[in-house]
Amino acid sequence: MGKISNQQLIEKLSTQFGEKITSLSEPFGLLTFEVAVEDIHEVLGLLKNDSILKFNFLTDITAVHYPEKEKALAVVYHLHSFVNNVRVRIKVFVPVSNPTVPTATSLWEGANWMERETFDFYGIQFSGHPNLVRILNVDDMTVFPMRKEYALEDPNRVDKKDFFFGR
Amino acid sequence: MSNFITEITPNRPVYTDNDPQGDLTTLNLGPTHPATHGVFQNVLQMDGERIVSGVSTIGYIHRAFEKIAEHRPFYQITPLTDRLNYCSSPINNMGWHMTVEKLLGVEMPKRVDYLRVIVMELSRITDHLICNGILGVDTGAFSGFLYLMEEREHIYEIFEEICGARLTTNIGRIGGFERDFNDIAFAKIEKFLAKFPPILKEFETLFNRNRIFIERTSGVGAVDPETAMNYSWSGPILRATGVDYDVRVNEPYSSYQDFDFEIPVGTTGDVYDRFILRNEEMWQSLRIIEQAMEKLKKEPKGVFHADVPEFYLPPKEQVYNNMEALIYHFKIVMGEVDTPKTEVYHAVEGGNGELGFYLINDGGRTPYRLHFRRPSFINYQMYAPMSRGMLLSDAIINMSSLNVIAGELDA
Repeated sequence: MGKISNQQLIEKLSTQFGEKITSLSEPFGLLTFEVAVEDIHEVLGLLKNDSILKFNFLTDITAVHYPEKEKALAVVYHLHSFVNNVRVRIKVFVPVSNPTVPTATSLWEGANWMERETFDFYGIQFSGHPNLVRILNVDDMTVFPMRKEYALEDPNRVDKKDFFFGR
Repeated sequence: MSNFITEITPNRPVYTDNDPQGDLTTLNLGPTHPATHGVFQNVLQMDGERIVSGVSTIGYIHRAFEKIAEHRPFYQITPLTDRLNYCSSPINNMGWHMTVEKLLGVEMPKRVDYLRVIVMELSRITDHLICNGILGVDTGAFSGFLYLMEEREHIYEIFEEICGARLTTNIGRIGGFERDFNDIAFAKIEKFLAKFPPILKEFETLFNRNRIFIERTSGVGAVDPETAMNYSWSGPILRATGVDYDVRVNEPYSSYQDFDFEIPVGTTGDVYDRFILRNEEMWQSLRIIEQAMEKLKKEPKGVFHADVPEFYLPPKEQVYNNMEALIYHFKIVMGEVDTPKTEVYHAVEGGNGELGFYLINDGGRTPYRLHFRRPSFINYQMYAPMSRGMLLSDAIINMSSLNVIAGELDA
């Protein structure tokens, strides 16, 4: 696949960032790691501008809600290095009480709408974003609908409960 | 000549401050303007016929697919993907099937891969046919569109033969196809392969060296590769700027590595380049389909799904007469199948670019989280900033050549 193996990538990242990178894993060969919210901007910038790695394509930004975790909201970045043909996934966990993550729009213009969408559905506050307003939902919506506490259908409905399916 | 002004920050409303004299006109392009081919609203500030600034409003047909997907078993999500880019539904369907198969670790037989390649390349042709045909209409040349629509109809007839549906196809299943291609389907594909090239040739003859068309399109919406990558563009519009990124080659899926085809790239990234590039991609798709038809002859007949009874629904007559089939049927429908608790990202080359599925699975009946990386959504965000300084008529053809599909834009 890629010109750089994940092992080389891990070595390179750990020399550059050391302790800042945690929870390394490789689900289906895609290198995944976590970064603290203070470090995310620096890590993204270095990955983008590194002369060898060249992760200069931002594939996607999205978020995930894990209500049972202390830091319940995860912002997930997918980066792609065309030159080396390798992808990397970076996660940042933030608490629901203060879901602030520095924006990536200073690195990629394309992050603009991706962050707006993430804000729209999960309420992640991207600090420094030029125009952080709702994008797909109506402007006067008050909730962040992709969070797990908002049920899709009438919560009183029982015919679709998991225990009917042996769970 | 590039009309694209980079220094203005995108998406910032500039309704009042720029216009102390009140000389500018506010023009609502959309949401249901016939020239925009879908539900797109752009509020434009016009100085005569020139666009001073614009703000895009999207979300008119947002249907919360990501939320719905968290409440549906895997096999019920395929119809949702139909309605993303509805001009090339089969690519979305296949992309989703392959994502789940990657998660489950299921290998497809080669014959299934080749059948999928045929379906995906046919739908790439329909997607590009629409885009280039409509571009002709928007530049004032209606006849090309009529030639091409007839051919799209023939491709839809092939889909109809394979799966029974035409537009929102719901084609294939997780683990293969729901049924084998019948002889009529193969005959229709053969007929299409024979009949389509002269028509595409004629279409190209109408446009490629047409002076009016060239002057109308060349230089319009020109984008350099750095800007395109900075905006995360992918697909034909990125390749038109000269970046040779195609998921089919970079991360081959469904045995694309077995095929011999080329990735055309442009130079200036303007509307004309995108038009030429899409035409060339159709020729390459035809090459791929021809090769796939050849390869199919060497594969064992009658194989249309992988042998994975725990994930692939058994035939109905077996369900009624065979204990094991009944058990599997029950387990699949009720979501009793064990699935790995992990996450997977799988991308396919859709009609408009990299269509990605980011799936987080917690082992339950439904995905814990499913995110669609939708190329139209990401490609479209440059539209308003790149329209600044353009003539209104140029902005219209620029939108057609971006080929933004409202269903994929809004999910």
